[in-house]
Amino acid sequence: METLEHELRSHPFVGDLEPAYLTVLASCATNVEFPAHRFLFREGMHASGCFLIREGKVGLEIATLGRGPIVIETVGAGQVAGFSWLLEPHMYQFDGRAIEPVRAVALDGDELRARCEQDPRLGFELMRRFAHLAAERLQSTRLRLLDVYGTPHAPRH
Amino acid sequence: MEPATLQRVIDRAGLDQLLAAIARRGFRLIGPAVRDGVIVYDDISSSADLPAGWTDEQDGGHYRLRRRDDDALFGYAVGPQSWKRYLFPPTSVVWRSARDKDAGQDPGGAADGDANGAPDGAAGAGAPMAFIGVRSCELRAIAIQDRVFLGGQHTDPVYAGRREGVFLVAVNCGQAAATCFCVSMDAGPKAESGFDLALTELLDGERHEFLVEIGTGRGADVMSEVAGRPAGRTETQAADRVTEQTAASMGRHLDTGGIKDLLYGNFENPRWDDVAGRCLTCGNCTMVCPTCFCFSITDVTDLAGTEAEQQRSWDSCFTMDHSYIHGGSVRASSRSRYRQWMTHKLATWIDQFGTSGCVGCGRCITWCPVGIDITEEAAAIRASDGATGEEGHGDA
Amino acid sequence: MHPVTEPVTEPIAGPIAGPIAGPVRAPWLDREPWRVAATRPESHDTVTLELEPPPGRAFSFRPGQFNMLYVFGIGEVPISVSGDPAADGPVRHTIRDIGAVTHALCTRQPGQEVGVRGPYGTHWPLAEAEGGDVVVVAGGVGLPPLRPALYHLLAHRDRYRRIALLYGARTPADLLFPEELACWRGRFDVEVEVIVDAASGDWRGDVGVVPELVGRVPFDPPATTAFVVGPEVMMRFTIRALTRAGLSRDQIFLSAERNMQCATAMCGHCQLGPFLVCRDGPVFCYQALAPWFARREA
Repeated sequence: METLEHELRSHPFVGDLEPAYLTVLASCATNVEFPAHRFLFREGMHASGCFLIREGKVGLEIATLGRGPIVIETVGAGQVAGFSWLLEPHMYQFDGRAIEPVRAVALDGDELRARCEQDPRLGFELMRRFAHLAAERLQSTRLRLLDVYGTPHAPRH
Repeated sequence: MEPATLQRVIDRAGLDQLLAAIARRGFRLIGPAVRDGVIVYDDISSSADLPAGWTDEQDGGHYRLRRRDDDALFGYAVGPQSWKRYLFPPTSVVWRSARDKDAGQDPGGAADGDANGAPDGAAGAGAPMAFIGVRSCELRAIAIQDRVFLGGQHTDPVYAGRREGVFLVAVNCGQAAATCFCVSMDAGPKAESGFDLALTELLDGERHEFLVEIGTGRGADVMSEVAGRPAGRTETQAADRVTEQTAASMGRHLDTGGIKDLLYGNFENPRWDDVAGRCLTCGNCTMVCPTCFCFSITDVTDLAGTEAEQQRSWDSCFTMDHSYIHGGSVRASSRSRYRQWMTHKLATWIDQFGTSGCVGCGRCITWCPVGIDITEEAAAIRASDGATGEEGHGDA
Repeated sequence: MHPVTEPVTEPIAGPIAGPIAGPVRAPWLDREPWRVAATRPESHDTVTLELEPPPGRAFSFRPGQFNMLYVFGIGEVPISVSGDPAADGPVRHTIRDIGAVTHALCTRQPGQEVGVRGPYGTHWPLAEAEGGDVVVVAGGVGLPPLRPALYHLLAHRDRYRRIALLYGARTPADLLFPEELACWRGRFDVEVEVIVDAASGDWRGDVGVVPELVGRVPFDPPATTAFVVGPEVMMRFTIRALTRAGLSRDQIFLSAERNMQCATAMCGHCQLGPFLVCRDGPVFCYQALAPWFARREA
């Protein structure tokens, strides 16, 4: 438990939470490891929680017919994979697969939601962080929507 | 001897002697002449070619020649052309080369003889030119283009070849058009310097004379072959009155106080939308402007593809191509293109070349098909300083 | 580079009776035939030309500068030098095939000639950045204009503290100079982060956008200089990320893109507000460019 709290404190996503909340989080946490290529979660599965990545890299993939899996985002050390646990219907939207061997702290989503219901301040604090994460992903997605490196549509010179 | 202050009085016969003396020195005489209902600058041989008794009536989108009730030779303001077309021709060939047949190689373009090199420019633009009847605003315009083509790190040989040795006979303005605002731009109506000779036409009843101010040694040299008399106090005072009256009768005014900061600070002023609603983006203003210098270079090959030349032609910031980079034009809207032109002319030019790009000649007002008036637009921006319209930052 | 603030109202005209002072030389006549020594495909649409100056011609340039490359009868385009500023021999230019002239350049064969004049423009402030950290941020075909700066930084590694290269491209197949990237990545004294917009399952690198990388490399904000080249949108967002990370405007340098036809500050096409990009750029300090950079259709 103490080790988990220590690991949570050293993770940028939650490290600055007040100690009492870190204790709460630790009570919902498990240390996990995934070898390369192993799935952390699969599209359509119940979103049982999220992963605070400590080492390695996770690819968020979407399976396509013919083209194989397409990686649409990577999440590395210090970042978080998975925010579907927070919102209904609590279902993973993408596959999460270890690109490199991953060490992470897994947070139990069901447990965490229950804690948030009990303590809205904790709920707001976590919601704020996940909203920020979602906004960053959205911005990244919008930028890529522009295809700024793509072939110009009106070549001339 | 102080030739710069030397003033003489000549009559119309003296003017012809003056033109002849310049021509004898090998200069090609270019001056005002009536062509197709306008006063243009063209080759002349004597004062008989000048627009005697003509004046021009100008306003926004309006130009008409009218008969004067005297025989003034320089009794008009400015026509659609400026001397720009002689120093910086509308089209020129800047480079020409032939493919090396033996080696089957493309020449990169070293200037090694007749095949490669710039046909215009150093190769000669013909005889040196004498400009007869250069207005004060036009002298300023030439000086402004000098900075662009000669004043930077690089020198344009076409311009330099034509500019070098040009003999400048200025004419102080005897009347202002309704579109004139050189006083606002501190560019006239009296030519203060930068000429070889400067004329002030003196018309008083039967009297038709010219006060000649000598600006250079070669101006004095020419004048030594012209019959005339030293100017007296009456004549110099009369000449001063001519330009004073012209200065007092400017048709337009442009407040240049803090104009750079004003335009830099009004990039999103809704007035640009207003003018864009009228502007046809035809580029006429840029063609008639005596300082507009933008050009584009096009490669042209013969049918066999063995000879290529690079042709340079006037370009205009009102075209879409002007700001084209791969993927599209930087300035796609007419709003942005008018804003670019006017902001360049009155503001960014100062940062780029150290002077304003406007001399107050009024040509852009006269020759705009819809009569857009740069002085009016500048005043409107000033009156609505700081307005930004409704445009928000769509950064949700 | 520093704008004049007051208009010059003194008469500046004058008859020019004698010869014009200084060398009157057509920029176009400075063009010389350079031989294509080698070509190297970098990606499906990008080629590096190694161009050999004429015998006896010593060519030198500063990282960030560009040459005007001319193809007989087709036209001329500005291309940044992408090779090592300290190297002798052929001069490298990396060109993306996006139009008539660039297509002609990309399909040149060894032994053929290309007309070259240059170098033109401003350069990366490599001397000024000494003693601090340097973050180099490239997007797409923005890497070639930065590669000479990277060569310089690595050749004088002891003059700088941390060095990072953050590079974004569309897909892994669009990455330029992959071998060099791998080589730099293998060094212990430079951080290399590469990110692509999208990838298939076998890509083991990052997927996302370049600004995200700014937070991933360590640098000391008050003592850092950033060099940024890429599509304008990418540069805008990268500047935001760098600013959030604590860099001030005068620590950020970028290379601006405008239509450059003459490269000699005469043709007027490359205007960007008070600047002529061919003369005052292409490398600008963001401090100077900022008021104009964010303006639409400037």
